[in-house]
Amino acid sequence: MPDREHILNKVRAALGRRSGQAPESPPVPRLVPSGRTRSANVQLLVENFPGDNLHARSAAKAREFVASRLAGQTAVVSSDPILESLGVTGLPNVHPDLADREEMRQLCAEVDVGVSGAAYGLADPAALVMVSSAEEERLVSLLPPRHIAVIPAERVLADLDELLLTLPDPAALTSSMVLIGGPSRTGDIEMILTLGVHGPREVSLLVVG
Amino acid sequence: MSAAFEQQIHVALGDLKLQSTIQTATDRFKQKRLAAVEADAFPEHQELREHARRIKKHTLDNLDYYLERVETRVREHGGDVIWCRDAESAVEAIGRIADENDVQTVVKSKSMATEEIHLNKALEKNGVEVVETDLGEYIIQLAGDRPYHIVAPALHMTRGDMADLFAEKLGVERTDDPPKLTGIARGILRDKFLGAGMGVTGANFVVAESGAVVLVENEGNIRLTTSLPRIHIAVAGIEKLIPRAVDLAVFLKLLARSATGQPLTSYTSFLAGPRRSGERNGPERFYLLLLDNGRSRVLGDDEKRETLYCIRCGACSNVCPVYRRIGGHAYPGTYSGPIGAILTPQLNGLGYEPGLPFASSLCGACAEVCPVKIDIPRMLLALRRDVKKSESREHRWLAEKFAFRAWSWLMQRPWWLERAGLLARGLAPGGRVDGWVRSLPGPLGAWTQTRDFPPPADTSFREMWRERASRAGRSLRTTHQDPAVDA
Repeated sequence: MPDREHILNKVRAALGRRSGQAPESPPVPRLVPSGRTRSANVQLLVENFPGDNLHARSAAKAREFVASRLAGQTAVVSSDPILESLGVTGLPNVHPDLADREEMRQLCAEVDVGVSGAAYGLADPAALVMVSSAEEERLVSLLPPRHIAVIPAERVLADLDELLLTLPDPAALTSSMVLIGGPSRTGDIEMILTLGVHGPREVSLLVVG
Repeated sequence: MSAAFEQQIHVALGDLKLQSTIQTATDRFKQKRLAAVEADAFPEHQELREHARRIKKHTLDNLDYYLERVETRVREHGGDVIWCRDAESAVEAIGRIADENDVQTVVKSKSMATEEIHLNKALEKNGVEVVETDLGEYIIQLAGDRPYHIVAPALHMTRGDMADLFAEKLGVERTDDPPKLTGIARGILRDKFLGAGMGVTGANFVVAESGAVVLVENEGNIRLTTSLPRIHIAVAGIEKLIPRAVDLAVFLKLLARSATGQPLTSYTSFLAGPRRSGERNGPERFYLLLLDNGRSRVLGDDEKRETLYCIRCGACSNVCPVYRRIGGHAYPGTYSGPIGAILTPQLNGLGYEPGLPFASSLCGACAEVCPVKIDIPRMLLALRRDVKKSESREHRWLAEKFAFRAWSWLMQRPWWLERAGLLARGLAPGGRVDGWVRSLPGPLGAWTQTRDFPPPADTSFREMWRERASRAGRSLRTTHQDPAVDA
């Protein structure tokens, strides 16, 4: 008997269930709205995300923030339209996203900084939500040693509960959704916190608007 | 208890450096968890534990439905599902995919399920290079060792051990500076990621209605493992299923806090199938390997089914007075600590190590911290009963059986019990030091080999009770008037 049928038969026998028998209804999801205002959420996120963060009210301030953080280092920017509209793509030593997979990989592996958008921000616990797409390449926030993420203020949600209320099935949208809670870290050597073990050792967050 | 298990325990107890390393690390884990779950920081903790348990119960009670459901959903997203009844079938399937795709190098993230099926050994035998990419696992692999703790695989090694290991195996200049050691590993592993043909991960959760796997980590090695190679295989025990993505709101909050005391880890990946049109990175092919390997048998045991609720946070090990003394390597099998003591006998059979359910003081600390409220002490007792039943025909247990019968008889007959107490007081053996009995005669001597025995009290509780009653000048009911119960 193929393993599939073997396992399903054993599971059904163990549970006393018949093939095709519908389940009882699952426990009602537990999603609790926070009741906080958007501006309170933005403030929490900017204060609590472990990095050097800013809430910029104007495009000029936002561009200035990114420029000062880049400070002549090489960078790759994703194709999120917000980055172009803020003028980030025009900064010196900044490379645009590349269409070719191998070239893009090479670029992300070589530059100092990755500048990306983010689908959402979460206030508590503070986190970025990266949704992989043609515009938002997975490697921009992963391979370079530093990562700067830019999020419009209206995309800042309260918490995981609000994210799942907004996006009950992320699989409908993308092959990969990643919550980022801070820089890459490890405690595997005597539980001493060490940053940048595989991913970025620094993450900065810029909330715009 | 087998001689091998006993020997492993004595090796650990005799290693003072190891003792202090385990104590320090598990203390840190304990404190971090406590700070993260205290009422101010996490008021909904108890409610979420209840809810998580209900979801796990529901999913496992209807597991065949959710298994078929996840298969359908994974296929809809362009991935495939591989069903494997045992370890052999699983390593064979993974080996075949590696072979068909001419894979030279496999990058792996930390996964207890792949430890359980001994995947690395099997792939290496086929000439495939397997690289563990979690820093702790990488160190363990270099050392030719096995993981010490579910969350912190290299918990038992000091940075001095690691410095020696890196210098010897990698030919680098000796350093015990954690950032430098980490940097060396990062450089080597980055090249492996970029060159690997296949990535193998476990799964913290499998979301049935999304056809997705959820992976929780701090380092980023899982993101690299699942983003760079052309093929991703996620190996998941069939008990890892949860119904819907919305249920993650419960589990993610519990897992990170229980495991490392973080409200959220650095990375939580929700992965559904291969990369979609327009995406340039991410795997071209995605496989979810559903592993039984004894789990459906555990499922059939109503009394112990909840063993499968475990989300592998490791909190039970950190608080366990036995784990904190004997450490992860003394436990035979893949899973250590209290959860290992109940899971291993069920997955591998009672005879694998009959001493495992007895490797506990039944203090209950594990059940108190378990994020899905598995009643580990109750499982331990049930397994002890099963072990004793399976051994009941063996001669060496007859004496023990007789002793417990006699004890039971005596405990139900107060008059005789009191006489027996007087007798014990009269016979109280010599060799007392500081009021403690240092050695008992005959087979009871096994007890006093490693600990002292409290001497019988000078006045028994019954005598004190009677005295109180007469002082109070009224008759307190004593069990003297109770009729003896027949056994």
